[in-house]
Amino acid sequence: MGAPAMSNNMTIDGKHVPFSDGQTIMDAALAAGVYIPHLCHNPQFEPHGSCKLCVVSVNGRNMTACTMPAAEDMVVASNTPELNRDRKALVQMLFVEGNHICPACEASGNCQLQAAAYYLEMQSPHYTHFYQPRAVDASHPDIFLDLNRCILCELCVRASREVDGKNVFGISGRGIGTHLVVNAASGRLGDTNFAATDKAAHVCPTGAILIKRQGYRIPIGQRTFDHHNISEVQMKPQEPEHE
Amino acid sequence: MTFELETAAHPENLKRIVIEPVTRVEGHGKVTLLLDADNRVHQARFYIVEFRGFEKFVQGRPFWEVPVLVQRLCGICPVSHNLAACKAMDMIIGATVPVAADKLRRLMHMGQILQSHALHFFHLSAPDLLFGFDAAAGKRNIAGLAAAYPDIARQGVALRRYGQEVIRLTSGKRVHGTGVIPGGMNKNLSRDERDYLLKEIDQIIVWSQAAVELIKAIYCERPDFHDSFGSYRSSFMSLVRADGALDLYHGGLRARDEHGQTIFDHVDYTHYWDYIHEEVKSWSYMKFPFIRVHGREQGWYRVGPLARINNCDFIPTQRADAERRIFKEFGGGSATQATLAYHWARMIEMLHAAEAIQELLHDPDLQSDALVSSGARQLHGVGVIEAPRGTLIHHYRINEDEQIVRANLIVATTHNNQAMNEAVRQVALQYLDGQQITEGLLNHIEVAIRAFDPCLSCATHALGKMPLEVELLDASGTVLQRLIKDSDGRYRA
Repeated sequence: MGAPAMSNNMTIDGKHVPFSDGQTIMDAALAAGVYIPHLCHNPQFEPHGSCKLCVVSVNGRNMTACTMPAAEDMVVASNTPELNRDRKALVQMLFVEGNHICPACEASGNCQLQAAAYYLEMQSPHYTHFYQPRAVDASHPDIFLDLNRCILCELCVRASREVDGKNVFGISGRGIGTHLVVNAASGRLGDTNFAATDKAAHVCPTGAILIKRQGYRIPIGQRTFDHHNISEVQMKPQEPEHE
Repeated sequence: MTFELETAAHPENLKRIVIEPVTRVEGHGKVTLLLDADNRVHQARFYIVEFRGFEKFVQGRPFWEVPVLVQRLCGICPVSHNLAACKAMDMIIGATVPVAADKLRRLMHMGQILQSHALHFFHLSAPDLLFGFDAAAGKRNIAGLAAAYPDIARQGVALRRYGQEVIRLTSGKRVHGTGVIPGGMNKNLSRDERDYLLKEIDQIIVWSQAAVELIKAIYCERPDFHDSFGSYRSSFMSLVRADGALDLYHGGLRARDEHGQTIFDHVDYTHYWDYIHEEVKSWSYMKFPFIRVHGREQGWYRVGPLARINNCDFIPTQRADAERRIFKEFGGGSATQATLAYHWARMIEMLHAAEAIQELLHDPDLQSDALVSSGARQLHGVGVIEAPRGTLIHHYRINEDEQIVRANLIVATTHNNQAMNEAVRQVALQYLDGQQITEGLLNHIEVAIRAFDPCLSCATHALGKMPLEVELLDASGTVLQRLIKDSDGRYRA
């Protein structure tokens, strides 16, 4: 058996993109060097399809690129003014739903939400801030959990379950009440077996899960997105991880 | 003293004049004057009307985040808050900051002193000093200065730019950088960065010296006027080095009374509350600190350049110390009390900052990679530095989970609260009492406030707006005269 046959019959924004059976539009796009904005997707984990930033137009219908299998004759539009406008609105909604204070946040410069906002040319949050009170959990000796910055991408949930085998995190509640929960009777991170070396401690695309006492150790100029935008960084073979 | 002017006995029948906000200062302040039918002053207050509440909303945040968070108190002196908070965090993590990191922080701080003092002198105060306090309002600004004295204005801008470059190369950004971290620094100064700064430093020193000569010439041209304008005697407080030298980054607290007698000296600032208390007054969001042993009424004092130059035994750089000696000689050998002498002292400090930058740039420690340390954890920390405007105290308590549970900030401008009120009252009595109110006369009050270079945003966390409205009312509350300054600087009735 040789390598799976590649087809050239899918196009993204007019560019022929090869794919193999089982690949999603996102997989094929990333492999071909075509950037489709995304936040909840990380190639190391099963697709989740929740942030909707990767919505593309497939033969005229909107689909999430991270969950939609690539197929013959697909005509995909991604980098269009309409879709980028919607993506910007989604990012703006994430900003007003949580409490993202970039000026003081230690994830600033390494944050994918911030980088996506820059990429999509977000000038302001536009919508009225919810200013929802969100909890912080500092009970773990090595990790600080700040739900103000959680965008419910579930990457930590997936990493803890699939890589660490611990199920430290889960999602609870419905609608606007949806929130990240910690799998302990007390609900406190300090009462779990979570460790700073766990994969789940390093996949947060924002600054919700932080290794304690490490903030601001990377000088300005050396942070992930200081010199490269999110499309350049995410087109590298290795998905960036938040330090 | 003019405490009797703080609260009028019967304010109900008095005319009220409001200067809001005070202009060419950082932040949003207001002055109110209560006058009787003969325009005699019965009450004069300088106060801050808004509140920002950093002490409250840092609660719950992880301690290492706070030095960056509190920088947002101010866009002019963020480095001061960053450093003071980080010094407190050094104490919390039990760190002895490595020598190289200490020097890098000092370099950053000198950049801050240079740019802030240049901003204040050239942009905010020089228009008053060069054109006259009651010159046409449209001329009294940096644009007017640039038109009439282009070289001076250019030097002011260049000095500030250089200070900002020092900050950028040590902190990562010109404003709100992140170079300082608990226990040290996250970067050193590369050789290229050092060489870039060295290229201009000689010129910066020359221009700083010229600024001292300029303020000296202005001051000495009318010494009696400058000595008496809004002046009074007071205590002074500042940090001094163990050997009595001026030290803007670290030292012990020294306070001297109005006669030059020592109240306390070389006090360990981590116990500042044994020496300083704060009083809250119902009419201002800014607290009124006082020296404990002198009590609420008599315990107020001044901080900032005048306090520091008066208090120190010497300045550890040559040119600035020579200027300090001239300054002291001018004051007859004892502490200079004049409100407007703040400007002179400030420029001596700017010269010191420029000289100190030059000295530090030649120090090979700045290229060291040994930049961070830590030690045994404590649950509270106090950091004190001399910010451009005066002594800055940051005090934090954390819990076992490393979250802030309590914060107390005593900012330079807060220390000067009573002193600025005193200056306002003195000027009101000297120049406004019994007079027909004009814009030029009201600017006299602002000139006295500006001498302190107050940062009202830091002091109370207020946000600034720029329009100004002055009303003159008669005893029955009828508006006799109104002067409105729009946000574009134009005046209308």
